[in-house]
Amino acid sequence: MAEQPSRTTPGDAGLRIRTELPTRPPEAAPAPAGPPDIVCSGVNLAYGENHVLHDISLEIAPRRATAFIGPSGCGKSTLLRCFNRMNDLIDSVRVWGEIRVKGLDINAHTTDVIEVRRRIGMVFQKSNPFPKSIYENVVYGLRIAGVDDRATLDEAAERSLRGAALWDEVKDRLQESGLGLSGGQMQRLCIARAIAVEPEIILMDEPCSALDPIATLKIEELIYELKERYTIVTVTHNLQQAARVSDYTAFFWLGKLVEFGSTADLFTAPREKLTEDYITGRFG
Amino acid sequence: MAQGPVQDEAGRLPATGGNAATIVSEAAHAVLPDTASPTAAGPSGGAGEKFRRGEHLIWLTGSALGTCLLMIFGLLAVILANGLGIFWPSRLEQLTLKDGSLVAGEPMQRQAIPGSGGPGKPKAYRVQLKVGNRDLYGADFRWIDESQIQRREWPADLYLVERTEYGVLIGVPAKVREGERETTGAGVAAVLQQRIAAAQRDRRSLRRLEKDEIGSINYDLERVRLANRKLDYRLSREPSLDVSAERQRLQAREAELRARYAQLEQRLDKLREAAMTASVGFRTVDGQQKEIATLDLYRAYPANALSWPSRAGIYASRLWSFLSDEPREANTEGGIFPAIFGTVMMVFLMSLAVVPLGVLAALYLREYAKQGMLVRSVRIAVNNLAGVPSIVFGVFGLGFFVYFVGGTIDRVFFPEALPTPTYGTGGILWASLTLALLTVPVVIVAAEEALAAVPRSMREASLAMGATKLQTIARVVLPAAAPGILTGLILAMARAAGEVAPLMITGVVKLAPELPLDGFFPFFHLDRKFMHLGFHIYDVGFQSPNVEAAKPMVYTTTVLLLVIVVLMNVTAIAVRNHLREKYRTSAF
Repeated sequence: MAEQPSRTTPGDAGLRIRTELPTRPPEAAPAPAGPPDIVCSGVNLAYGENHVLHDISLEIAPRRATAFIGPSGCGKSTLLRCFNRMNDLIDSVRVWGEIRVKGLDINAHTTDVIEVRRRIGMVFQKSNPFPKSIYENVVYGLRIAGVDDRATLDEAAERSLRGAALWDEVKDRLQESGLGLSGGQMQRLCIARAIAVEPEIILMDEPCSALDPIATLKIEELIYELKERYTIVTVTHNLQQAARVSDYTAFFWLGKLVEFGSTADLFTAPREKLTEDYITGRFG
Repeated sequence: MAQGPVQDEAGRLPATGGNAATIVSEAAHAVLPDTASPTAAGPSGGAGEKFRRGEHLIWLTGSALGTCLLMIFGLLAVILANGLGIFWPSRLEQLTLKDGSLVAGEPMQRQAIPGSGGPGKPKAYRVQLKVGNRDLYGADFRWIDESQIQRREWPADLYLVERTEYGVLIGVPAKVREGERETTGAGVAAVLQQRIAAAQRDRRSLRRLEKDEIGSINYDLERVRLANRKLDYRLSREPSLDVSAERQRLQAREAELRARYAQLEQRLDKLREAAMTASVGFRTVDGQQKEIATLDLYRAYPANALSWPSRAGIYASRLWSFLSDEPREANTEGGIFPAIFGTVMMVFLMSLAVVPLGVLAALYLREYAKQGMLVRSVRIAVNNLAGVPSIVFGVFGLGFFVYFVGGTIDRVFFPEALPTPTYGTGGILWASLTLALLTVPVVIVAAEEALAAVPRSMREASLAMGATKLQTIARVVLPAAAPGILTGLILAMARAAGEVAPLMITGVVKLAPELPLDGFFPFFHLDRKFMHLGFHIYDVGFQSPNVEAAKPMVYTTTVLLLVIVVLMNVTAIAVRNHLREKYRTSAF
């Protein structure tokens, strides 16, 4: 097991690696790239009687990729959906604790959830383009924000499709249905749709789990490019993907945050035995 | 557990015969382990075998389907044969009876004389002829014993004449009189056709004069009268009001209109006089004479001297006038265009009312309401509404729409016309709304199913982009649910087009002088009563004074109603399929 690094070392964002058991919140140090985009302090979530998330505290660094890993049912997707308040769609869900996105408390009564969702994009596990044309899919976010000017929409569509590495494949058939694409293309379309409104943060819930290896590779390359401009939080089952793509990794187990650190550290020298067991494949 | 062929120790499969039959039978035995005797798969399989395999079920279900299809197509065939056959210009028989009299007409049916026949005696038959000439004979149809017929012939100069009154005339055209000139003999046929064509033109210009020009003057006169009544009404509220200037203006307008009216009336009379100078004299087979003004003639043809193309031409022309003319003679003659128009317009209005109402209700039930006891009971209530007898809806429509809503509208907007009701009586608006209520449960159920079938992932995608719930519904959910909603609309239209009972008390009439849509502002006259094909069938079949003459009309109107419903459904299905292609993920 590794020693106890307590100060920041150049290369990682200066986060203190937790050495204690998961019940106590970590001490967060300011990141050199700027203040953290998302700060969770003691976040808990319950569906009815089912207490699913226990006291989660972490920080998501700006313009970096953070991966949430852990076995099925450990609450990583649930936490992800907390960030843009998508859990509100489920009845009988209760959230307590603080989640601040760029300083704004998103669970406060005064917060406009529509604004929160506009600033945070989301890509789902099973790609879900609308049954409209490719063009209309990409500019959907702009249209609902009230942008009607054809020139603006055209420019945004091209920019996003290029950003999602899909432009060359679809530039001649923008008016065709979005449902007529292959699985990997549909997922990239969903990514293009998400980045068309220039969000600050992009949440990805297992974006590659329904795709073949080649499409997966393309998406991973995309995430690598996108993280220079956007903050990305990915949930993934694929440990190698987390290791390849992310800068920071958080390991969850049974609704608790077990370990959070830079990917290099977590994968080469994990602090917790649980983490090491999971990474080496002893369970999960 | 069924097992495949068992391998022996060396791992080899047992040798099977190359015979396909044995292979099949072995496979069958592998699947059905309880088969007792290994019979070869062939026609020698016993009846018990077939029963066990469930073959009898295939026969049962197939024959049930066959019976249904037979019944449907049989009904359609009977309706079509009777309905479409009446336009065909068939031959006219002339019978010489044993007592020397002559009878001529179109043979309609033949039946055994009730009470005839028995041991040793052959059955006696009688034939029904449509002899026409109701003004001369008193009755259109006549039964003649076949035993009385001495001779049958088909004279080439016997004409069938369609006219304005008293049904058809069957006779020989003897002379044509045009003012002072008379034509007889061989030239009569040609001149007759000329006069009939001229009569058609005259009728059209007379009609135009009456309906359009005089009609618009009547309309304006009515407006002046109503304006006067409005002044009276206002005066009764405020007796001190000075209305003399307005009254003078109205009086001047009325005088001007009446002068124009008088002029037009004169023109009309002159035209009619000119047209009436031509007449045709007919002679029936039993020697009676009848003179008819050509203006009253619609069609005349020598029924036994026509070639096939001419017959087809007459058939087409009759079909067209059936569809486009107005009814005559208490709906037993003429066309049914006003009924077609009324039916289509009413279904159209009903769709306009039911789709927003049903879809919005379904949206609330499915998307906005908290799913609890209240919503469940509302849903149960809506489903039960579909079982209420349609006449109950009619009574509700009468009480609520006609008397309450219509009466209130009259008191507020048309007080000067009272006590004559404008909207406080049956009309196409109230009839359409009543039928909309009748079919709204169907639309709500179909719309709810369609909305529920829109996958959750699509809604989540939209909401995650920062769309409000309303935007998500309007831009994503409703378009994806559109095919299912259209299915509901198709069902609603099919149900509404055939309902007659609620219409009878909310606005359908036997004969409507005007269409609900015309060229006078406000163009859509939703307070007018209208004609309806379903009601027309009832009225013509059971309420008309001359049932025999009306029978063919009933069949033809039924055919037409079926065709219209099929056309509407096909259009809606085509639109739905087009939408389904566009929104491929929806479950409908």
